[in-house]
Amino acid sequence: MASIDISNIRKSYGIHPVLHGIDLEIRDGEFVVLVGPSGCGKSTLLRMIAGLEAVTDGEIRIAGKRVNDLAPKDRDIAMVFQSYALYPHMSVAKNMSYSLRLRKMAKEKIASVVAGAATKLGLEPLMERRPKALSGGQRQRVAMGRAIVREPKAFLFDEPLSNLDARLREQMRAEIKKLHKDLGATSIYVTHDQIEAMTLADRIVAMHGGIIQQVGSPLDLYDNPANLFVAGFIGSPGMNFFEGRYIKLNGKSVFAPTGGVELLLEAPANLEEGSRATLGIRPEHVVLGADGPEAQMAAIDLVEPTGFGIILHLTLGPVSLKAFTLDRRFLNATGEIAVRLPGSHLHFFDESGRKV
Amino acid sequence: MAGHSLTKGRVVALLAHRLAILAYVAFALFPLYWLLKVSVTPNKLLYSEGIRMWPSQTSFEHFDFVLKHSEFPTFFKNSLIVAGSTALIVTALASLAGYALSRFSFRGKYWIVALMLLTQMFPLVMLVAPIFKMLSPLGLTNSLTGLVIVYTAFNVPFATFLMQSFFDGIPKDLEEAAMIDGATQFGAFRQIILPLTLPGIAATLGFVFTAAWSELLFSLMLISGNAAATFPVGLLSFVSKFSIDFGQMMAAGVMALIPACLFFLLIQRYLVQGLTAGAVKG
Ligand SMILES: Nc1ncnc2c1ncn2[C@@H]1O[C@H](COP(=O)(O)OP(=O)(O)OP(=O)(O)O)[C@@H](O)[C@H]1O
Ligand SMILES: [Mg+2]
Repeated sequence: MASIDISNIRKSYGIHPVLHGIDLEIRDGEFVVLVGPSGCGKSTLLRMIAGLEAVTDGEIRIAGKRVNDLAPKDRDIAMVFQSYALYPHMSVAKNMSYSLRLRKMAKEKIASVVAGAATKLGLEPLMERRPKALSGGQRQRVAMGRAIVREPKAFLFDEPLSNLDARLREQMRAEIKKLHKDLGATSIYVTHDQIEAMTLADRIVAMHGGIIQQVGSPLDLYDNPANLFVAGFIGSPGMNFFEGRYIKLNGKSVFAPTGGVELLLEAPANLEEGSRATLGIRPEHVVLGADGPEAQMAAIDLVEPTGFGIILHLTLGPVSLKAFTLDRRFLNATGEIAVRLPGSHLHFFDESGRKV
Repeated sequence: MAGHSLTKGRVVALLAHRLAILAYVAFALFPLYWLLKVSVTPNKLLYSEGIRMWPSQTSFEHFDFVLKHSEFPTFFKNSLIVAGSTALIVTALASLAGYALSRFSFRGKYWIVALMLLTQMFPLVMLVAPIFKMLSPLGLTNSLTGLVIVYTAFNVPFATFLMQSFFDGIPKDLEEAAMIDGATQFGAFRQIILPLTLPGIAATLGFVFTAAWSELLFSLMLISGNAAATFPVGLLSFVSKFSIDFGQMMAAGVMALIPACLFFLLIQRYLVQGLTAGAVKG
């Protein structure tokens, strides 16, 4: 196990820059999750750490040692691929022991290590099978097994669960979490799945356009998104945004959405008077069926029951708004509904999109 | 599924389909059949019976003669040496080159591919004279080695493209996984990629072997005399100024088919096998 230090990493394919100066320090034993939209460079970063992609500029250190020019085999890192990449002509046992055989480990030692990993992952009855005779979930386990037998300095995962169905994904997610608890190995995990990111991560790294947008604990990113991108990306259903102006009316702070009803704020925001700004609120923070002076009437466009809760699609003035509630009373709501946007849950973003 | 509910329309369609296949197979195999038929027709019936599908009497006298009294065994051996060595050398070279083209990007790759394609565009006849001029001072005319060199040169480009397409079909993830597991690039190639390319290697071996086995132009031009003649040239020795000994020629032809048939029998298991199944999902 080891720490991984990434300083000012850049990557270009030909003249196309993909990563623009990534800085990230991953502590020994930490579980870091990379999230971001497709094409933002998550896989590229992971592959550079693994040594599969050359570093254009910057430095990668594993356990304090510069690895920029080391071949993948000399970095002592394990990787689980999205495609699993099992060797089709080898049995499960041979797949798992390949790395140990390359290291010339003693036969008996290999057998016991592989057997231990197989027990941990419930693979014992499958050891003599070829990958093509396994289900997707079983292949995924073998790929995990191949990684853990090595006791590497760090684990890299590139969307390892994205080919599994929802139920299996949930189960494997829990198993990965358990494995990480057991092994305490430094891990970097790429995913598109919000829940995976939130549940697995010690820290989440949100990336966009080859730049790190925010690094922090899952709840940090959820409660305190650093900018519009993170606010919109983390959370499902996504945060509601209103564009408008921050103004003062009769000495009180007011947010005036473009073409919408002015919203009286409980406390002044850290914005210049008259400046353009974006206001955000998460769907679950919209108060439904409110009364009182701040309540506004919103038209109900659509009601989506998810089983767990209900998503209401509303129109408030000229803007659309989503609300999430656990209250089944709203299942059959029609027409108009009174809503309130509580001040304590409002997020403000300045013109450049930074949270204020 | 078609077999389950045999409506009239389906029976007709099925029948037409099968008949079409049958007609094609018959068309393709008829010359071979004729070869076999003539080879077992005794000399005395060859010109006297007219055109019949099967002679009234068969004999192996032509085979007997070809094996015992002609130089056919030498031709056969020469061809085996030339075609076998060519196939092995070409496949080894093409595997390495095809892998490089498939996996690496390097300077000049575009030009190498373009030049290799260029070599495929000339009619070979144009090259006979220059090649003869080059090989003759080296003492490589009238020698099996010379033939192997020439055949290798002409087969490597196409075989390389063939192998490249097989390597392209193997997911890159596999060797990356191997390299992360601790293999060198060459180790990953040898232990992971090569075993998965066996079908491609078999196909390339078969293709080059048959091409070299039946090559006539260069062996005719570069070889004089029977000692180093390959079988296609040898066949011509049954053509004399005054007559063509069809029976013996066909018997030799039938025997010449044997190695190619054996070869394909040997490798057919790799040709049909989808070895990469189960490597990656999707
Ligand atoms: N070999 C390559 N040559 C040129 N451009 C590439 C290459 N590989 C990746 N890219 C580009 O680099 C960018 C980042 O790719 P990357 O695979 O890292 O994205 P990602 O964040 O992993 O996306 P996804 O979530 O879809 O997997 C993309 O715009 C992609 O087009
Ligand atoms: Mg990716």
